[in-house]
Amino acid sequence: MTTSTFEYHTPTSVADALALLSSHGDGAKLLAGGHSLIPIMKLRLAEPEVLIDLAKIASLSGIAEADGGLAIGPMTTYYELMTSDLVSAKAPVLGEAAGLVADVQVRNRGTIGGSVAHADPAGDLPGVLLALGARFEATSPTGTRTIEADDMFVDLLTTALEPNEILTGIFVPTTPAAAYEKIANKASRYAIVGVCAVLTVEGGKCIAARVGVNGTGPTAVRAAGSETALVGSSLDADSIKAAASVAADGIDALSDVHASDEYRIHLTMVSAQRAITKAAERAG
Amino acid sequence: MDTTITVTVNGEQHTNEVEPRLLLSTYLREVLNLTGTHIGCDTSQCGACTVMLNGETAKSCTVFAVQANGAEITTIEGLEQDGKLHPVQVGFFEEHGLQCGFCTPGMMMSSISLLERNPDPSEGEIRHAIAGNLCRCTGYHNIVKAVQFAAKNTDP
Repeated sequence: MTTSTFEYHTPTSVADALALLSSHGDGAKLLAGGHSLIPIMKLRLAEPEVLIDLAKIASLSGIAEADGGLAIGPMTTYYELMTSDLVSAKAPVLGEAAGLVADVQVRNRGTIGGSVAHADPAGDLPGVLLALGARFEATSPTGTRTIEADDMFVDLLTTALEPNEILTGIFVPTTPAAAYEKIANKASRYAIVGVCAVLTVEGGKCIAARVGVNGTGPTAVRAAGSETALVGSSLDADSIKAAASVAADGIDALSDVHASDEYRIHLTMVSAQRAITKAAERAG
Repeated sequence: MDTTITVTVNGEQHTNEVEPRLLLSTYLREVLNLTGTHIGCDTSQCGACTVMLNGETAKSCTVFAVQANGAEITTIEGLEQDGKLHPVQVGFFEEHGLQCGFCTPGMMMSSISLLERNPDPSEGEIRHAIAGNLCRCTGYHNIVKAVQFAAKNTDP
């Protein structure tokens, strides 16, 4: 399969990339690892006239400690997340989820920023980053702004990033106990459903909970009903089951060849129960 | 508009004018005539087109050749050195790790990458490492044995 023709640019700074993005407008697309964009270009579902490859912008890669959490460059690959000591110390669930994406070759090329900006409901990291309460830095020609995870994922393949903005940073706070559980498509390993639970436990009681769900609906969302049910509970099997049973409430479930809406809702509850149970065990 | 790229493939430097939309898999096969890299599904799933790109495996059907500008690439043709097969090639030979052979080049690149990252993998780790390579003959049993053979017979 051959994509349509395009002009190819490799800027070496964010400023140069922003200038290219501004001058080419709607016809331009940013290229990160390419493992979502290139397949859809081959299907001609995307036909950008200009590709701006971010691979040569060194400042967009890498993982560092910042404000007690992690500052992650959006061009950081899944493999780098999986094998980072800093990630395993500060937010191990992020490395675990990255290790469940597709296969080795895809994890070598695919990036956290690409996953966020593409916002595929079947991607794994949007739900995880929602549950972790990540913050995103978006840079435009006029400056930089912060987007909270809760505001980032707007709709199917749609984020809060403006057309003239580039995702330039991802901040992940140090996480308490967390777990991500996924039901993967057997061929592609895309998530049919994935649920990430992040729990703060004190004195045997859950005092804070964030639950992120991807795959069920058109965009990653928090399971507000589950979170409310978990806070104040002792995380025993019954309270976890009750919280998981409302994990898909309010989500307009997708229905496609891989899973019907009814089945996705069922898988969401199952995944939520597994993820909350594992996070509760980790919380000790 | 064509773009000039310079890549080092199996130790040899090549400079070519390519269309930006030319896929790395097609570049290797049709420009450099290195047809050992196979194109299977062409949709990033089967792994037949796997090559080493700067020391890490990549599905070359999902990389534009222009993205590889300046890169070091190893393909199946680059494994044999001075008439001596790579230990992974020996493993596939000794353990009959192939039937039709279509997936073999990609399967070997993934196996080599695994052994570089993890010289003494368990069976489960081998199976996990080749999850991105589909064998249409379903000959996974002997492929796993081939990788185990190579792990035992690779100089540390």
